[in-house]
Amino acid sequence: MTVGPALVSILRQGSYLIASIHTALDDSQMIRFQEDLIEQIGQYRSRGVIIDVAALDVLDSFGSRTLRNIAEMARLRGALTVIVGIQPDVAFAMVELGMGTGSVDTALDLEEGQAYLNSRVSQSPASAR
Amino acid sequence: MDENSIVDAETAEASDASEGSSDISTADRQDVDQLLPQLVAHLGEHRTKLRQEWASRIQEARLLQAMTPQEMAAETTSVYDNYVEVLETGSVEALQQYAQDLSERIIPRGVETNEVVGIVLLLRDVLARSLFEKYQQDFALLNRVLDAYEPAANRIANTVAVSFVDERERVIRQQQDAIRELSTPVLPVRERLLILPIIGVLDSERARQLTEQLLAAIRTHRAKVVVIDITGAPDVDEVVANHLVRTVDAARLMGASAIITGLSPEIARTLVTIGVDLSKMNTIGDLQGGLEEAERLLGYTVTRQNGPAE
Repeated sequence: MTVGPALVSILRQGSYLIASIHTALDDSQMIRFQEDLIEQIGQYRSRGVIIDVAALDVLDSFGSRTLRNIAEMARLRGALTVIVGIQPDVAFAMVELGMGTGSVDTALDLEEGQAYLNSRVSQSPASAR
Repeated sequence: MDENSIVDAETAEASDASEGSSDISTADRQDVDQLLPQLVAHLGEHRTKLRQEWASRIQEARLLQAMTPQEMAAETTSVYDNYVEVLETGSVEALQQYAQDLSERIIPRGVETNEVVGIVLLLRDVLARSLFEKYQQDFALLNRVLDAYEPAANRIANTVAVSFVDERERVIRQQQDAIRELSTPVLPVRERLLILPIIGVLDSERARQLTEQLLAAIRTHRAKVVVIDITGAPDVDEVVANHLVRTVDAARLMGASAIITGLSPEIARTLVTIGVDLSKMNTIGDLQGGLEEAERLLGYTVTRQNGPAE
């Protein structure tokens, strides 16, 4: 399955992986991204994953379902996933598609996502502010 | 009345004539051309008397009570003159303009549609009666005079009524736009804390707009907590309630948690009765409590200094 160049850059920063999706992905590209990411979580022993979707102004049902699946798979592999940078229109569309609160953790942007992971992942929970 | 005769007097005249016999329609047309000037002359001649009669009929019917007698005299005079002018020229444009203008002036004073239509129909009646009186010796002539008069009179009544209703609708549209514009402010109160007070009835259009503005504001202000206060919303139906739930979810997806405050007993009852799932929603009794909770979530502590500040 892993053929062609990866369309999503997955960067390692400390114990986190940061994946930013720059362009709308079709179904097979989405699957490819999912496989790459889950693979790398084990490879780098990551504790957290941040998926940045700020550049996306549309997200179809398959895309949102895949994001949810990634979060669940990552959890099984020992990493907490937070999705950041969801655009207003995308947020509402995701809710319409039945992907509301509870199914994934979200944050406003990369910075917030990192702060969220810091507060949740570290053994001694950092006090908020 | 035949609708055509109201919309277009010419067709109406033809169809009125054809109801009797199609042979005489040309003759009738000539009749109309000759009779209308006669009519106009008659109405011009008895202007004062007919106008006064009309005014007293209006008073009898207790119409236009919002107006003073002086205003009434002025308006009835100009309506009368406009009326006669339409009969004379056959063109309703001037009247349309006048009716629109008049509507603009009287709508704010609470004049109702039935009053406006009522006074125009009264005038029509007053004038028709004076025609009866004048031509009562000659029934054939009276018939032809009425043939000429009726379509024109109907057209006038129609024009005035339509102008009035149009004006009313324009006012309503304007007010709706105004309400829509000022209805959903999103207010930043502290860094990363927004308040969204909802005042007035929430329909689905407003709810949609509200979601849009809220989500955009979360982005611009980098909000972490949003307090949605619905103290000012009198009622919430199922569609809007579900929309509200979705809005809260969408806000959550953007990384902001929402607190709903000010649910009235009625709304609470409605929501429970219609079975909207609010278990995921963070609701707090009033705006004050909501703000305190929001400050707690954001890590603010508000303390009061002892004694009043100098």
